Amino acid sequence: MKTDIIQLFENPYLALGVTIAVIMAYLSVNAIMLIWLERKLSARIQRRIGPQRGPFGLMQQIFDMGKLLSKELLTPEHANKLLYVIAPILVFAPVVALSSLFPITSTYIFHDFNIAIVLILAISGINVIGIFLAGWGSNNKYALLGAVRSVAQNISYEIPLILSVIPIVMITRTMSLYDITLAQETYPFILVQPIALIIFIISATAETNRAPFDIPEAESELVAGFHTEYSGMRFGLFFFAEYSNMIFACALATVLFLGGWHGPFLPDAVWFFIKVYALIVLMMWFRWTFPRLRFDQLMKFAWVVLVPLSLINLLITTLVLKIV
Amino acid sequence: MNSRYEVEQDPKSRDTYYLNMGPQHPSTHGVMRIKLHLDGERIISAEPIIGYGHRAHEKMAENRDYIQFLPNPSRVDYLGGMIYNIGYCQAVERAMNIEVPERAEYIRIICNELNRISSHLLWLGTFLMDLGAFTPFLYAFDDREKILDILDRITGSRLTYCYARFGGVILDIDDVFLDNVSNFCTYFVERLKEYEKLVIGNVIFRERTIGVGIFAPDLAQKYAITGPCLRAMGHVHDVRKDEPYGIYDRFDFDVPTQTEGDCFARTLVRVEEMRQSIRIIEQAVSDMPDGLFLAARVPKRIRPPEGDYYFCVESPRGNFGMYIASDGSDIPFRLKLRTPSFSHISAMPAVMAGTMLADAVAILGSIDIVVPEIDR
Repeated sequence: MKTDIIQLFENPYLALGVTIAVIMAYLSVNAIMLIWLERKLSARIQRRIGPQRGPFGLMQQIFDMGKLLSKELLTPEHANKLLYVIAPILVFAPVVALSSLFPITSTYIFHDFNIAIVLILAISGINVIGIFLAGWGSNNKYALLGAVRSVAQNISYEIPLILSVIPIVMITRTMSLYDITLAQETYPFILVQPIALIIFIISATAETNRAPFDIPEAESELVAGFHTEYSGMRFGLFFFAEYSNMIFACALATVLFLGGWHGPFLPDAVWFFIKVYALIVLMMWFRWTFPRLRFDQLMKFAWVVLVPLSLINLLITTLVLKIV
Repeated sequence: MNSRYEVEQDPKSRDTYYLNMGPQHPSTHGVMRIKLHLDGERIISAEPIIGYGHRAHEKMAENRDYIQFLPNPSRVDYLGGMIYNIGYCQAVERAMNIEVPERAEYIRIICNELNRISSHLLWLGTFLMDLGAFTPFLYAFDDREKILDILDRITGSRLTYCYARFGGVILDIDDVFLDNVSNFCTYFVERLKEYEKLVIGNVIFRERTIGVGIFAPDLAQKYAITGPCLRAMGHVHDVRKDEPYGIYDRFDFDVPTQTEGDCFARTLVRVEEMRQSIRIIEQAVSDMPDGLFLAARVPKRIRPPEGDYYFCVESPRGNFGMYIASDGSDIPFRLKLRTPSFSHISAMPAVMAGTMLADAVAILGSIDIVVPEIDR
């Protein structure tokens, strides 16, 4: 049986505070560890050694964080101060808000919400606004170009992303992440919806602005894209947001397609995190292997390949469900 | 106030804007600026602005004698330093009719071609980095490092070589060097196959390069396009074949060409060129004669007879020409350096117009720009 952790507390504000504190702590440590993992992994792919400070180079991230935290927060002279300051927060906030919905174990869950998927798809779109404000507010042409690209890309890839989630909802007839995981007790949905998973992973990579879809921050073209003008911890927040978005997308894929906590021998939570981090390693592998697509090719790929493919997949799923 | 630094606004349209790519930008490969007139992502016009790192090499040549100018050519193009260094010596040798011993000629060939491969490898890495692929960069640099080590052993330097002298080379090679070179050749032929499989076959790479940055046929004459860029347009032109210098006429190698003239064709030509360079090196190593590495009778004072001399070599980027105007003294009256990157960057407005911003980066990477060569 499941227990909602939030309902264990008498005071709803206390429950909220504790939830956010736990999630923030987890996401921060997670981002630091993922940066370490990415650097070590890319080093391995590129036949380098990677960071060396401390055991396995783990101290490198701590020092990097110290550097980011101790740096002065510069604001460009002609920037729109309000937009410039709130943009990194807007990018980071949706992940924190939505992370409480994930059923990590079968017994304890922060909060089970019966329309979790709608909530996730709606609120995760907010970070686009954050990115756009960052580009607009910094009053820099490179940043603006990055922001424009980002908005176009995120909106385009949201459609196949949503279309790849709908078959799962149709099969399970629920939008609660907990119930979706329960429905995968016998087999994970990757077996019945492999195309949806592929579309989901591609779209999620694009949604998180990761290579080969990293055109909003395409280094060789736009210097640093929408966060060109950011420094110190504001830049750090963008950095955190990228890795938090990654784990968020991978956790969603795990719940929807890979059966969440289900798995033999090991405890629930361990299985959940093994699946999530395996997907993250896959996404990192993409980044260090592929060149970057051009902006128009990226749009074309979304609208000409992914959207029709996911619509066909949806149609087939509907027909099969009707017959069965 | 210098009007070049004012913020420009197109008076006719509010929808277009100017973007300064550079002087500091990850993809200009040095201190160079390209002023892009953009409509969204599409380039209306591009204007390269050069001269940020000008060092007046040509003027320097007029202030020192021929021997003192020896270290300069390799600084003009730091990636093809050996070829420029040897080329300068060959130019003066031809002007003065200095005989070069056989062994020195063979050593020069090996060094030239090793340098060409190292330059092409660096180009491959940075080009792919411009396209957003980070990993091949490190693989290419790893292989390039092997060449640098080999050349380091005999020349003492890794990037800006000053190995050639009038009448030969300054130091002899040994068997270890020859072993290293032939080991590298066998290793690198296999590596090239790997590069071809990983890079040339990649779908995204093809999407980004095929049909992008096409050099129109009339550009070749208008802007004096040479080297791999010209060969990618279907012209069979290679100074090593057409007007052989040194002893290039003794070697058996092909001049790879493509017809499309786009970024992909330039890539194919360069990759094939590396293979042909390996062929030349292998022949040179097996035929290496004994003897002197520096001519015994070289005049103490280098004084080319009065007159004008032009000498051209095939650098990794195209024709590198030296025009020496001598007044009979030991200081050149004028030394004009004709560098390929300068011609190629001049063609950029014609090639870039109408493409996307991301294509501009790809085109700039594919023509293998070396900024010090432009600002020489």
